[in-house]
Amino acid sequence: MNIEIRNLHQRFGDAVALNDLSLSIEGAKIIGLLGRNGSGKSTLLNIIAGFRKPTSGEVLIDGEPVFENGRITERLALIREVGDTVEDSEKVEEALRYAAYLRPNWNGERARYLLDRFEVSLKSKISSLSRGRRSALGIALGLAAQADLTILDETYLGLDAPSRYLFYDELLQDYMNQPRTFILSSHLIEEIARFLEDIVIIDHGTLMFHGNTEQFVSQGAAVTGNAADVDRFVQGKKVIGELQLGRTKSAMVYGEINSGFLEQANTDGLDVESLGVQDLFVYLTQPKGE
Amino acid sequence: MFDDQQPIYRQIADQIRQDILGGRLEEEEQVMSTNQYAAFYRINPATAQKAFQNLVDDGVLYKKRGIGMFVQAGARAKLQEEHRASFFGQRLDPVLAEARVIGVSAADLIAYISRKLGEDSGQ
Repeated sequence: MNIEIRNLHQRFGDAVALNDLSLSIEGAKIIGLLGRNGSGKSTLLNIIAGFRKPTSGEVLIDGEPVFENGRITERLALIREVGDTVEDSEKVEEALRYAAYLRPNWNGERARYLLDRFEVSLKSKISSLSRGRRSALGIALGLAAQADLTILDETYLGLDAPSRYLFYDELLQDYMNQPRTFILSSHLIEEIARFLEDIVIIDHGTLMFHGNTEQFVSQGAAVTGNAADVDRFVQGKKVIGELQLGRTKSAMVYGEINSGFLEQANTDGLDVESLGVQDLFVYLTQPKGE
Repeated sequence: MFDDQQPIYRQIADQIRQDILGGRLEEEEQVMSTNQYAAFYRINPATAQKAFQNLVDDGVLYKKRGIGMFVQAGARAKLQEEHRASFFGQRLDPVLAEARVIGVSAADLIAYISRKLGEDSGQ
């Protein structure tokens, strides 16, 4: 599936949620959409799924506009909260029946298997489900839809750690059995990073990074050593954070960390450590002027 | 399971190298599939794929089309040679640096190593 996002702008009154965001996603990959609260993640996902018409700009999926295009939207599954498509007063089994009617590739057996694993009873009323079980129902509906594009927008909410691991395992199985595009948004970056082939980071409604996860990680490093040496070393480099302890200083650097960089650090007696996805994300998106 | 300092694909490739060196993987033996590695380590299959590619490029694994990945004949000897070449610099130098910092003498080091190696060959 090919997703072409062109110059999206979204305003809510005076507030700008998306500001000229363009992005192109190709191939069957698990992609992570990362951003702080209010960065525009959910707005972007709603627009990609055709749930919302942007103020300006457009989203094309396999060359066709997505908004009010049934041929495209039936190939997409956006899961945010379960209440979206089903009435709270309904039972879980009725939600499955509705999904079977709505989804061309619906796999009912898969849905029942997932609900069983997550210990959600088919006879339960949706309104009586806990937050975690509601999330689990959303996950089951999302995965069993077997859509060409499955978007899971913070569907982990309320899930305890064992249930989240179950979700990751089932997602991975689904992806391997039937490679297709998944977009995941989550604040639990450390937990999901290992499943993500690519990462998209948005900040204040604009695109900050799009690329391979390992490539992203390889661009961030903590350089630690004698404060004066560190200061000299990072001159002309992009420093995204600093920590100091006595005479020892760590500078977080963002950019190309190549062999020349490492050799120079070694010569200067400085330690270089990877920041990891989550720390790098935090340093890159923390409010400026602090 | 992984430390943050090395890309995951490299850690998996190193694990497979260690398995070959330690005899847990025999030459000409089939290696588990990318998907099996991905499910076991809970990682994206592309990452496992990259580890395999790394080992194919290094001549440690080879691909039988439609069947899977196999350990290259002669891979163990080749890995032993490579690891021997980097052993002193990568493994021993940090230990010697530590010994210097804490004041372990050269004589103590040599005595310890002789005794250890003697024990091993004496058994």
